[in-house]
Amino acid sequence: MSTQQLSGAEMVIKALKDQGVDVVFGYPGGAVLPIYDALFKQNHVRHILVRHEQGAVHAAEGYARSTGKPGVVLVTSGPGATNAVTGLTDALMDSIPIVCLTGQVPTHLIGNDAFQECDTTGITRPCTKHNYLVKDVNKLARTMHEAFYVATSGRPGPVVVDLPKDVQFAMGTYEMPKSAAHKTYKPILKPDHSRIEAAVDLLLSAKRPIVYAGGGVINAGPNASKLLAEFVRMTNFPCTLTLMGLGAFPANEPQYLGMLGMHGTYEANWAMHDCDVMLAIGSRFDDRITGRLDAFSPNSKKIHIDIDASSINKNVRVDLPIIGDAGYALEDLIKVMKARQKKPDAAALERWWGKIDEWRALKCLSFKDGEQIAKPQQAIRRLYEKTLATGKDTFITTEVGQHQMWAAQHFDFQKPNRWMTSGGLGTMGYGLPAAIGAQLGNPDGLVIDIAGEASIQMNIQELSTAVQYRLPVKIFILNNEYMGMVRQWQELLHGGRYSESYSEALPDFVKLGEAYGMKGLRAENAGQLDDVIDEMLAHDGPVIADILVDKSENCYPMIPSGAAHNDMLLGPVAEGEEAIGTAGKMLV
Amino acid sequence: MANSGTVGQPGAAYTFSSGDETVRRHTFAVIVDNEPGVLARVIGLFSGRGYNIESLTVSTVSADESVSRINIVTTGTEMIIEQIKAQLHRLIPIHDVHDLTLDGAHVERELALIKVRAKDHARRESLRIADIFHAKVADTTLDSFVFQIDGDPEKVDSFIELMRALGDTEVARSGVIAIARGNDVLKV
Ligand SMILES: Cc1ncc(C[n+]2csc(CCOP(=O)(O)OP(=O)(O)O)c2C)c(N)n1
Ligand SMILES: [Mg+2]
Repeated sequence: MSTQQLSGAEMVIKALKDQGVDVVFGYPGGAVLPIYDALFKQNHVRHILVRHEQGAVHAAEGYARSTGKPGVVLVTSGPGATNAVTGLTDALMDSIPIVCLTGQVPTHLIGNDAFQECDTTGITRPCTKHNYLVKDVNKLARTMHEAFYVATSGRPGPVVVDLPKDVQFAMGTYEMPKSAAHKTYKPILKPDHSRIEAAVDLLLSAKRPIVYAGGGVINAGPNASKLLAEFVRMTNFPCTLTLMGLGAFPANEPQYLGMLGMHGTYEANWAMHDCDVMLAIGSRFDDRITGRLDAFSPNSKKIHIDIDASSINKNVRVDLPIIGDAGYALEDLIKVMKARQKKPDAAALERWWGKIDEWRALKCLSFKDGEQIAKPQQAIRRLYEKTLATGKDTFITTEVGQHQMWAAQHFDFQKPNRWMTSGGLGTMGYGLPAAIGAQLGNPDGLVIDIAGEASIQMNIQELSTAVQYRLPVKIFILNNEYMGMVRQWQELLHGGRYSESYSEALPDFVKLGEAYGMKGLRAENAGQLDDVIDEMLAHDGPVIADILVDKSENCYPMIPSGAAHNDMLLGPVAEGEEAIGTAGKMLV
Repeated sequence: MANSGTVGQPGAAYTFSSGDETVRRHTFAVIVDNEPGVLARVIGLFSGRGYNIESLTVSTVSADESVSRINIVTTGTEMIIEQIKAQLHRLIPIHDVHDLTLDGAHVERELALIKVRAKDHARRESLRIADIFHAKVADTTLDSFVFQIDGDPEKVDSFIELMRALGDTEVARSGVIAIARGNDVLKV
């Protein structure tokens, strides 16, 4: 047994090292100074100084999502911890493994309203997967290791370890990480075999099957995505992905129907509505996906594979629940399917694909290039084509709003871990710090934050972080001078009363970038779009590109919240109309 | 603009009507690590997700005091009850969640102390009723009694109701504790 005497602060660093952590995103303060001192004296763990603690958590999320490793955050007590709360909630909603170390006032002052004291474990209890307050230095190392185990096992999530300052100074015994399982927390990974058999029975009897996969497949590791592709190719079943799942199935495969849900494709949503057997895997039937629940896929038998039992039968009653890891489940599904004599009903599938092709023929995502001012969809499509031409491994993050949905619709992903967006919480200000994290995890990757002019201002201070660490992230702002998604809802649902949704007094983003020491570019019209993208991609350093786009463009298709999948609003192009007139918003 | 009946209904996405909508009462025994914050996690889960708590009691139950048992009485549709169990299971320090109502026959008991201030006939009547209910007198003054009663929650309810009719009352209840019938012993 290794019985090394270390200070609490040294133990923190040693535990990080033993957990294979190479980068920590943080911000110092009084209650974490001993840890910063220990950081200073070593070379194993690199610290990235962010400019706001929310940025630290999103950066850690971007790192985690693009590398598959847990993201680590280090912040001080009080305001450091409260500033991290949005990021923690974001990570909880999107099931991202994060270990967040927070400083705390010394144990004897806890509860005294001491300077920079807050009840961190109380505040973060509902927004973490689990949290700890370490009061005994001899339990610190074990708690750190347990935090990594909990954050990364089962359905991943954020874990907070609150570290009082006296515990950081105290000397104690360090323990090495043990592979031994947790005392009480033992997520089920291997699915029940008889249920897999039953699932295969159902899938083989299907006339109109669909595979509906989500972020759980991505969280199960890249191999799970490979298995998903194998399963879909083998069965020739149509496949749709959630916003969180983009990249889990290659977008260029013929079976891919595009994203589903509120801004999903016509074909994906109709296929969900009309299917007779649904295989939901690593997806959780949330309200942006289902629309009106009593009209959601009314005639299908539903198989739901999820690692989290509480995701099953939460919103939608399913017929065959299977608890397990998406990767294991897909492996078993493929094995059992292959062993069967019976094959999927080819004739029925052909009819089903015929139907789907009719829906596809509507080309619901089509748009007309802008003649003067660029269309936002056009800007994203050109960005996609040009990044593809670079041949570089490309990572996309987004902020929240219309640009996010257009990015999801018009940027194609062939691989998992290349798309990072705030899905569950919808956090404006996510994209820039997430891009920083993704770039640190993938130094040779091309990392682009597709942003809106309003969202980017929510964590704009992180430009400074990008410049300090020479991270060549590209910030591609679709500047429509509006909180476009808010404006769209106001147009469609609030009689065009654009209450407080205009982006007044915008900064000059080019000058702003330059002020931070990075390159600033602007495309004022559609004609300049290609050149600006080329220049942005060619520049070896961080770039902020301000792309002026059509201010009145709406994001379609759209299922208004509370409506059914077959109550979809289509855009003017798919509707065959010139302007977004009253008829253009006809429900289909 | 064109509109459907549902567009203008915020929150309509959240109504669900599937399966059995009957609201039932369930009693859970939740075995947890006896560590700080564990009760707050359980209570926070119920309040945060809008579940109902009818009764909740907690105490350590292992010889070394490392394990506690939380007895919870809640109500909900079948889907909600399933959700509560799954959500409880997700909490890291939770060993096990037993749905005693689903598992079969079980014993539920509650202890209550009821102070009744009454004189003359009402005072004598309270004592007579206490006798019928096998309640004990835990304290007395010239114009009050403190009765101690145990039993299933309905029995305690009816006793309290009768006492209220007889004078000013003050009630302290322990909340429900429950255990499965039969010779199976839960190892903790
Ligand atoms: C922190 C936060 N506050 C408010 C919102 C609500 N919201 C959603 S989208 C949006 C507008 C975003 O505007 P912009 O970044 O310009 O993107 P656009 O929709 O114009 O593409 C707002 C305010 C949010 N998602 N996050
Ligand atoms: Mg905007």
